[in-house]
Amino acid sequence: MAAIAVREVSKHFGSFTALDRVSIDFPDGGFYALLGPSGSGKTTLLRIIAGFEFPDSGHVTVDREPVESVPVEKRDVGMMFQNYALFPNMTVFDNVAFGLTVRHLASDEIRRRVGEVLELVRLTGLEGRKPHQLSGGQKQRVALARAIVIEPRVMLLDEPLSALDKALRVEMQVELRRIQREVGITTIFVTHDQEEALTLSDRIGMLRDGALVQEGAPGEIYERPSSVFAATFLGDANIFQGTAEAGGLRLADGTLLAVSDNAGAAQSQLAVRPEKMWLQRSDDTPAEGTNVIEAQVSQHIFAGSSVTYLLDWQDQTLKVFAQNRGEGVLPLGERVRICWSPAHSVPVEP
Amino acid sequence: MTVRTASETAGEGTAERRPPNRALPAMLGPAYLWLAVTIFLPLSAMLYFSLLTETPFGERVAAFTVQHYLDFFQKDFYQTLMLRSFRLGAEVTLYCLLLGFPCAYVLAKTIKGRWREALFLLIILPFWSNALVRVFSWTMVLRGNGVLETAVNWVFPDFGSLGLMFTYPAIIIGLVHSYLPYMILTTYISLQAIDDSLIEAARSLGAGRLTTLRRVVIPLALPGMAAGSILIFVPVVGSFMEPRILGGRQGTFIGTVIEDQFTAVFNWPLGAALSFIMLGFVLLIFALSAPVLRRAGS
Repeated sequence: MAAIAVREVSKHFGSFTALDRVSIDFPDGGFYALLGPSGSGKTTLLRIIAGFEFPDSGHVTVDREPVESVPVEKRDVGMMFQNYALFPNMTVFDNVAFGLTVRHLASDEIRRRVGEVLELVRLTGLEGRKPHQLSGGQKQRVALARAIVIEPRVMLLDEPLSALDKALRVEMQVELRRIQREVGITTIFVTHDQEEALTLSDRIGMLRDGALVQEGAPGEIYERPSSVFAATFLGDANIFQGTAEAGGLRLADGTLLAVSDNAGAAQSQLAVRPEKMWLQRSDDTPAEGTNVIEAQVSQHIFAGSSVTYLLDWQDQTLKVFAQNRGEGVLPLGERVRICWSPAHSVPVEP
Repeated sequence: MTVRTASETAGEGTAERRPPNRALPAMLGPAYLWLAVTIFLPLSAMLYFSLLTETPFGERVAAFTVQHYLDFFQKDFYQTLMLRSFRLGAEVTLYCLLLGFPCAYVLAKTIKGRWREALFLLIILPFWSNALVRVFSWTMVLRGNGVLETAVNWVFPDFGSLGLMFTYPAIIIGLVHSYLPYMILTTYISLQAIDDSLIEAARSLGAGRLTTLRRVVIPLALPGMAAGSILIFVPVVGSFMEPRILGGRQGTFIGTVIEDQFTAVFNWPLGAALSFIMLGFVLLIFALSAPVLRRAGS
């Protein structure tokens, strides 16, 4: 276990800037998600922390020791690869034992530790199987067991769940979280799946074009996105354009969209999450102190427990999630009011 | 095991539903016919010859005998030669492995893009020249006062004679040169199929470069190395041109003796019998090493 810090790290591949002076602290024992679209530099950052790539400038420290020029085999990291990278010529036991045998541990010690870790990932009894005889979820567990059996100082996961189907992915998310808590190891994982980042991690760093865009706890980063990118990449958001004014955002048609007093610096964009809005028929009186705009239902997507409405408002399409509480689905073409509390208006940078 | 039976039954199920494939014989037929005509018929003829007392041409009358086969087991001369040929095959294969593996590794894992194509061309280039021409050019290099000796003496003025020509090492050099591309190409294909993330995984688990090579890369490249070894070992055991041209009096092997029977002594039955005995030994060696090869392939 260890605290990892990345300071002002830059990396270029030819003329392409993969990372541009990125600084992040990965707390000891934490589960940190690096989230971003492809090409955002998240995998490069992970590979630099692992020691597969070396930064052009900047520092990487593990417990305040600089490691940026230490090669991967001396860095004591547990790495889990997107395609699992299990050794096809070895059994499950030999795969998991690999890191221990290269450390020349005694064979009964190896047997004990492999047995323990296979129990932890619930694979006891499959020691003799070859990787091609395993299901996707089992391969995943072997890869995890192989990475943690060496008791690394940090665990690095490169899109660990992307190759699994939906049901298995949810199951493995729970498993991964349980095992990480039990072992208490500092874990950094790379993903482009926002839901995975929100459910698994206790801290998220969002990357875009090689730079850190925003960082924080999942709730914090979801509720208070700092930019249009952060708001739309992590979850859905309706974005309003206007001019910043005291107390809110003045739209082009003169409407003032109120923000709460502690919303932070004024910006010329507001983001509002679709589930924070509710719809009212236009003859109902709106509640005091809410933001209200008039729009027309252009589409409704019924999903059982909820309904997603797409509404035409000026030249924009807005999205509203409504819980199915038995009021029925609003018909297409209906003029409605969209309401939300000023507390849910989030000023964001462009 | 359960996995395998499941997929087998699934395969049978689909095969039953599919109509019989009439195109199959039509597509396989020509190739098998060609192979039958070009390999099976000549081989049968040779087997027939090997059981005759004399070469059945002209006025000579031949009778059936197994004497030529018995000759091999009764005369030490042939057995010594056979051993010598197998040793030559083993040595050439070993040197090809030692030289070919690093070369294939660098091509597959280090060099990317157009440089790789250029280097590949250089490996295949010798194939474009005639084999006989290649061997004769080696005589230019290896003979006394040849290219190699002149070069060595230019660097070390008092070095004197290398004395390589017409020696066993000269044969090895010529054969390794001729067969090395097979080893590089087959090993390259195996190495390229190894996902880079396997190598990275091994290193992240604390394995240094040598351990990674020994425990991950070489075991996975073994099928290619085995294929290359077979492609080299078999023709080298029966080789006659390189030993004759580069070995001089040192160049007597089972291959040259067999060639003599056909071209000089005109004792086809003995040549054919020796060929079949050699084939038998080669097959025996493969049968004995089959478990190792199969383990490498899985």
